[in-house]
Amino acid sequence: MTVSERVKTLVIDGRDVSARESSTVLEAAQEEGIFIPTMCRLEGLSNVGACRLCLVEVKGSNKLLPACVTRIEEGMEITTHSERLDRYRRTLLEFMFAEGNHICSVCVANGHCELQSMAQKLGMDHVRVPYVSPRRKVDASHHRFTLDPNRCILCTRCVRVCDEVEGAHTWDIMGRGITSHIISDLNEPWGEATSCTSCGKCVQVCPTGALIEKGNSVAESVKHPGFLPYLKRARGQHE
Amino acid sequence: MTHQIVQALTSEDLPKIAEAERAAAEDFDHTLRVCVAAGCLSQHSDQIVQGLEHQIHESGLKRCRVKGVGCMGLCSAGPLVSVRPDGMLYQNVTPEDTSDIVKSLDSEPVQRLACSTDRPFFTQQTKVVLENSGEIDPERLEDYLAVGGYQQLSHVLTDLVPTQVVDQISRSGLRGRGGAGYPTGLKWGTVAKAGGPQKYVICNADEGDPGAFMDRSVLESDPHRVLEGMAIAAYAVGASEGYIYIRAEYPLAIKRLQTAIRQAERAKLLGSSILGTAFNLHIHIRLGAGAFVCGEETALIASIEGKRGQPRPRPPFPAASGLWHAPTLINNVETYANIAPIIANGPEWFAGIGTERSKGTKVFALAGKIVNTGLIEVPMGTSLRTIINDIGEGIPDGHLFKAVQTGGPSGGCIPAAHLDTSVDYESLTSLGSIMGSGGMIVMDEYSCMVDVARYFMEFCMSESCGKCVPCRVGTAEMYELLSRIVQGRASDEDMTLLQELCETVKYTSLCGLGQSAPNPVLSTIKYFENEYRAHIADHVCPAGQCQFEAVAQEVQL
Amino acid sequence: MKQSAPVLTAEEKRRRMITATMRKNGFTPDALIETLHTAQSAAGYLDDVSLRFVANELHIPLSKVYGVATFYHAFTLKPEGKHRCIVCQGTACYIKGSQALLNAVTKTHNITPGETTEDGEISLLTARCLGACSMAPAAIMDENVVGHLTPEHALEVLGGWKKS
Repeated sequence: MTVSERVKTLVIDGRDVSARESSTVLEAAQEEGIFIPTMCRLEGLSNVGACRLCLVEVKGSNKLLPACVTRIEEGMEITTHSERLDRYRRTLLEFMFAEGNHICSVCVANGHCELQSMAQKLGMDHVRVPYVSPRRKVDASHHRFTLDPNRCILCTRCVRVCDEVEGAHTWDIMGRGITSHIISDLNEPWGEATSCTSCGKCVQVCPTGALIEKGNSVAESVKHPGFLPYLKRARGQHE
Repeated sequence: MTHQIVQALTSEDLPKIAEAERAAAEDFDHTLRVCVAAGCLSQHSDQIVQGLEHQIHESGLKRCRVKGVGCMGLCSAGPLVSVRPDGMLYQNVTPEDTSDIVKSLDSEPVQRLACSTDRPFFTQQTKVVLENSGEIDPERLEDYLAVGGYQQLSHVLTDLVPTQVVDQISRSGLRGRGGAGYPTGLKWGTVAKAGGPQKYVICNADEGDPGAFMDRSVLESDPHRVLEGMAIAAYAVGASEGYIYIRAEYPLAIKRLQTAIRQAERAKLLGSSILGTAFNLHIHIRLGAGAFVCGEETALIASIEGKRGQPRPRPPFPAASGLWHAPTLINNVETYANIAPIIANGPEWFAGIGTERSKGTKVFALAGKIVNTGLIEVPMGTSLRTIINDIGEGIPDGHLFKAVQTGGPSGGCIPAAHLDTSVDYESLTSLGSIMGSGGMIVMDEYSCMVDVARYFMEFCMSESCGKCVPCRVGTAEMYELLSRIVQGRASDEDMTLLQELCETVKYTSLCGLGQSAPNPVLSTIKYFENEYRAHIADHVCPAGQCQFEAVAQEVQL
Repeated sequence: MKQSAPVLTAEEKRRRMITATMRKNGFTPDALIETLHTAQSAAGYLDDVSLRFVANELHIPLSKVYGVATFYHAFTLKPEGKHRCIVCQGTACYIKGSQALLNAVTKTHNITPGETTEDGEISLLTARCLGACSMAPAAIMDENVVGHLTPEHALEVLGGWKKS
């Protein structure tokens, strides 16, 4: 982001908006106070465009574009909310709920969960799609933290923060498709993963109760991912 | 005949060698061509080659030779042996037949093995991509040179500048043969105009559509053709490194490619200072490892980079930022195989074949419930009816045509009512299917269309990379709903939900796999909705395939 | 007196093969998939020792190597049986009855695709498409592509493997 960057203008939801030419549609919208739902995105981490919640309509194209990774172009006309987009977003959330075993009432993240909050915000109050009901084991081998994959939505924030910010790359995903899940090192118990520095960044960036600090009871797990942009700036890194 | 080229060739050498090879062919009264592509090879055609050579030696015939060649197309009649210049074609040959065949050479042909070549399968095809398949020995560079091989590369390097090459391909109207049908010249132009110190050309040989084997066949039967096409492309776009990404399930094609690259490098037709010019191109082979999604351009690139084969959001497109963020040209095997002929005969010739918007020919792999299974090449615009009834000779066992599936798991089923449809990109898309890479599976009245949709959804579900929510979970959800229907335990709400999920997955998925996963479902609902309803409401499978008795009894209780 | 060449253990031989592939590809992280192909063909499967070795030599994090090894179906982390029966699950083979082949093997030998029999003799696998569509239904029995396969013939071959 250089001082001499050109500014471009575009239209978002009928409003004229200007933004630096290297901005994404999401950044341009956020600067204007326009809300576009996101889940896999976290400021301070690279954007992957995986959750698809941020898809927006663009005039002149029948394709929906992910706002978090789409660069703005002069004269673009974006629609961030429509009956169709809202319907798709609710279905995507239903997919996230149906994929795991999310039981809010007994979850440590109840009330502080981005998945739950997004469902409330977008009006998804029940799941119509068949529940996958996978069998996933909890990994409590680490002395400070616990991984409960039943609550994992595969946003990969943990993978990215450990790779891009901490540098240890303890987490990655094994398998593919619906069998994908998070693993540490060679699919070893977290407590035995020698690459882990126990920094806890992954816990702070996890949007749900999948990665949590030990010692929290129901509804007590509050995350603080705000350190991330600060840390990146302090370390002199650009996004 | 076994003379091997080991010295660097120049442009002048090429036509001379071609002439020498043609003259050498005059030394033989009979050449017995035996197909040694994977299909016939798995039926012991290598033993047929040995048997024929042995019989010739025993009989003392001097002016007679045996040649292993590539695919002759009529795979269902394999192993095939073709005798030239006599013109006989023998089918279903076994190693035990070799003595009869050799004995017949200067007398009566072996009638019991005779395969008629006076039929639409042989007379109604137009061979461009496949013109050398089944004619030349794929393991011999000289055979390729004999038919004019590498002379187009020589012409391009000596007489044309890159923009002129791009222009010719653009004017030909060639569209990507991997399935998407993107104008090839446009793609080349974009990469050519991109800046940067390094550019790449990639050949997508990951042919993952189940039921498609066109690319495998071309690589096994005429590998140099693809190499020449890549080299011309590399010159046109300014690339000096090339990769062929080929699935590990094609060991014979891999072996033939490795041999071809080695031969070409030794002859300075690839590598540094090609044909003595300043043009360099080093081609490397990269193996796939069993992931259909790696046929998608950005996933393929991730795989070459040693990563999980997960697609990336586009834009940026590979033409601008691809392999290691450099401008990259990715084309399909069949696309490259069309390049040399276009340069040789001119873009107007190519544009003269096919329809208004779909130029040239297309290779199809005909399989399923059809008499003649194998590989065919027809001009774009040929009707499905001609392909299935004439060239394919219809449905075996007196059964009836029900549907033809094109485009693999990204495509759809076309019913009898549309048999007169012209096979071209736009027509197939308007019917709810796609051209795809060329797989064409024929189905009869005993194929359950709901089960076919479920089969393809299972494929997409297990091949999904898992990166984006709609494809990862959506395909599993749609598979569950289709399973309920096929097992007779679905409700009308399930059907409505299935259709809604189709829409969501189609429009929100990150890449083509997810975006087109709903196509088989949507297309079978469009033309065969009655079958879905019969499964749901009546617990009946009109094709007689799905078993319901157990469930029906449960429901009654 | 000339010293004879040192006898290498099986493990050392495998390491040499794997190192050769890595060297051929410049010891870069890009070489991972090619290297895993070599490691797998050397030992029949990818064991933890090989994965750690490759991760170390190519400077790739362990979880990344594991993620790549488990993404691609060509790689297996479990030892396979002495014999492999790979049934094609392509469209043409499906239409022509490949499901019946799988069911027959499952019923007789008690293994589902991806599993190996208790005695370690036979592994049952599926492949997406072998490209032998005109000979559907097809399977690879050990090294050979067999076309027009019937359940009876398939069981015959498997029975033969069990006996030998």
